[in-house]
Amino acid sequence: MLSIKDLHAEVEGKNILKGLNLEIREGEVHAIMGPNGSGKSTLGHVLSGRPGYEITQGSVEFLGKDLLKLDTEERAHLGLFLAFQYPVEIPGVSNMEFLKASVDAVRESQGASAYDTVGFMRRAREACAAVDLDQAFLKRGVNEGFSGGEKKRNELMQMMLLEPRLCILDETDSGLDIDAMQVVASGVNAMRSESRSFLLVTHYQRLLDYIEPDFVHVLADGRIIRSGDTSLALELEAKGYSWLDDSEVA
Amino acid sequence: MSQEQIDRAIAKDYAAGFTTDIESDTLPPGLTEDTIRFISAKKSEPEWLLEWRLGAFQVWREMAGPDWAHIDYPEVDFQSISYYSQPKSMEDRPKSLDEVDPELLATYEKLGIPLHEQEALAGVAVDVVFDSVSVATTFREKLAEAGVLFCSISEAVQLYPDLVRKHLGSVVPRKDNFYAALNSAVFSDGSFVYIPKGVRCPMELSTYFRINEANTGQFERTLIIADEGSHVSYLEGCTAPMRDENQLHAAVVELVALDDAEIKYSTVQNWYPGDAKGKGGIYNFVTKRGLAHTNAKISWTQVETGSAITWKYPSCILRGDNSVGEFYSVALTNNLQQADTGTKMVHLGKDTRSTIISKGISAGKSSNAYRGLVRVGPTAKGARNYTQCDSLLIGDQCAAHTFPYIESKNPTGIIEHEATTSKVSDDQLYLCQQRGLDPEKAVSMIVNGFCKEVFKELPMEFAVEAGKLLEVSLEGSVG
Ligand SMILES: Nc1ncnc2c1ncn2[C@@H]1O[C@H](COP(=O)(O)OP(=O)(O)OP(=O)(O)O)[C@@H](O)[C@H]1O
Ligand SMILES: [Mg+2]
Repeated sequence: MLSIKDLHAEVEGKNILKGLNLEIREGEVHAIMGPNGSGKSTLGHVLSGRPGYEITQGSVEFLGKDLLKLDTEERAHLGLFLAFQYPVEIPGVSNMEFLKASVDAVRESQGASAYDTVGFMRRAREACAAVDLDQAFLKRGVNEGFSGGEKKRNELMQMMLLEPRLCILDETDSGLDIDAMQVVASGVNAMRSESRSFLLVTHYQRLLDYIEPDFVHVLADGRIIRSGDTSLALELEAKGYSWLDDSEVA
Repeated sequence: MSQEQIDRAIAKDYAAGFTTDIESDTLPPGLTEDTIRFISAKKSEPEWLLEWRLGAFQVWREMAGPDWAHIDYPEVDFQSISYYSQPKSMEDRPKSLDEVDPELLATYEKLGIPLHEQEALAGVAVDVVFDSVSVATTFREKLAEAGVLFCSISEAVQLYPDLVRKHLGSVVPRKDNFYAALNSAVFSDGSFVYIPKGVRCPMELSTYFRINEANTGQFERTLIIADEGSHVSYLEGCTAPMRDENQLHAAVVELVALDDAEIKYSTVQNWYPGDAKGKGGIYNFVTKRGLAHTNAKISWTQVETGSAITWKYPSCILRGDNSVGEFYSVALTNNLQQADTGTKMVHLGKDTRSTIISKGISAGKSSNAYRGLVRVGPTAKGARNYTQCDSLLIGDQCAAHTFPYIESKNPTGIIEHEATTSKVSDDQLYLCQQRGLDPEKAVSMIVNGFCKEVFKELPMEFAVEAGKLLEVSLEGSVG
């Protein structure tokens, strides 16, 4: 589904991704861990097409398309979703309005008919309940005055409604209390399917207790330096990243 | 006025009458006393009105145009304007939509305006006036039942001279400003509304239903009188860009809200702004003011997206105790448009309250200025004002300016002012695009969100149209 080959990317002239390779097949859940500043968020942004990143080398194929050639919204139309580490506020635009517009846009691009307003509102309310947010959040401005945890849940709610093919969650578990983390986990688990894949960026092995990934990767200094299964996450938790540095040197 | 004139005015079919009347000469360009006598005679006006016009002309000749606004335009040559021109005859007009500027048609298309209305708006020579004739007739019957008077001001001069004479110029005096004086001297036509005591106008009054609107031209005059305890909501304008031969527009709108009355005046203004290079747009210099007596309320809501130059400050004189003034405004400028708009709230009565919510949006290379005056007079004990003035910038070549003027002569007055300037951020756009919205849709959604507080003051159908209008007006502002 997603095939990243030798990806190099820079921001403001600074090299961040330095030859990253990653292969994700349909239905798989991949977790990426790695030290602060290693390029995890950058990877998400490069995949989703945030302006300002320059790809200097490598290729990315997504569902048979050359992903790097597509506009940001075209990637979203294809089914790529990025839950932001730091979601921004859009004052005055109600969450419901925003959700409807984005779901309509994605469905329209896929040739599916738009949901009627009543039907959509029902779905939105269900998704809202599923992430354990009060219905009042649907009426508030997008992320406007939301707490950190509420913003993360809001991202998850959008993901549920958009039904993407590839979900990239950038530290959606960070800053969440235990209950909220379980909400995120059960949301993701409920969405797992044979045709949908996940890329979870996280710092905490704990999340992986709830969402069992097929693969765990360690990203350091712009490259994936180690891949394995859940035991890798456990080992990292116990020994820290410096253990990898040593083993790499060895 | 002779009995014969009255009979004729009454007998006239509303739609047809006015139009036939105009089938006459066009004055050559230029403005002298004779011009004014000609206009007045053409309209069979009573002597007092002619004198009134001539008085205004005297004043105007001694005045200079305003130079304090934050706008820049070539000097207008007032002698090169024709002050009385009959509407284009059928032969001069486009024969069909095929002859109309395709850009204009594309805009109509985007706004979802039905074909027959497109023809009317674009000035196509159509014999049959569109659907709204019948609508308008029913509409007038219903109003008559309630005792509401709604007609053109020329008609009102003939039919209700006492009302007109009493109130015309009572809120905007002839010498008020350069353009008000000019308008008083040469006004062509406009709307007249009178709501009797205690009557709640049964429907929203819209200029849309005044069929001869197209002829009222550049010097429009509107007078709305809400008698004690009455209530009226008036809608001016149209979201569709109007084709107009006249570059200069200098309208005057006067509102009189007697004790306990309420007037809500909503405008959606979309004059031709000129092309992307700023050529050919309309100059819109308007004086709008309301006078509120005891316990009365006047509320201005405006959405301005058109004109090359807009100079406009709908204002409230809060003369009566406990009277309330409101101003809700969205002004959007794109390309090379210039807008200098705002309001004046003049507190004279005790415990008067005013609210100002102004949203300025600048895109392209445009310039958008808010200019607001809040004056609390010595008699205005306990007056309160709240002003919120927000600017939104799209791109980095546009400009927004805020000029608040506060004059308080009563220590018990409370005046609050808040101002913000923000940009449509790249991160907001990115979030929207990541969720599948194209950049134009994203910007229009962000802008609509920014304007929400004002849009919710608009009558329902206007609010929806206004949102669509912003979307169309912003086209090409991103990317
Ligand atoms: N616009 C930018 N200009 C300059 N440097 C940038 C920019 N964006 C990111 N970087 C740098 O790129 C590096 C990678 O950042 P990134 O956000 O991808 O890290 P991360 O792995 O997600 O870290 P964290 O775990 O703290 O979220 C960091 O050193 C960061 O400072
Ligand atoms: Mg990060």
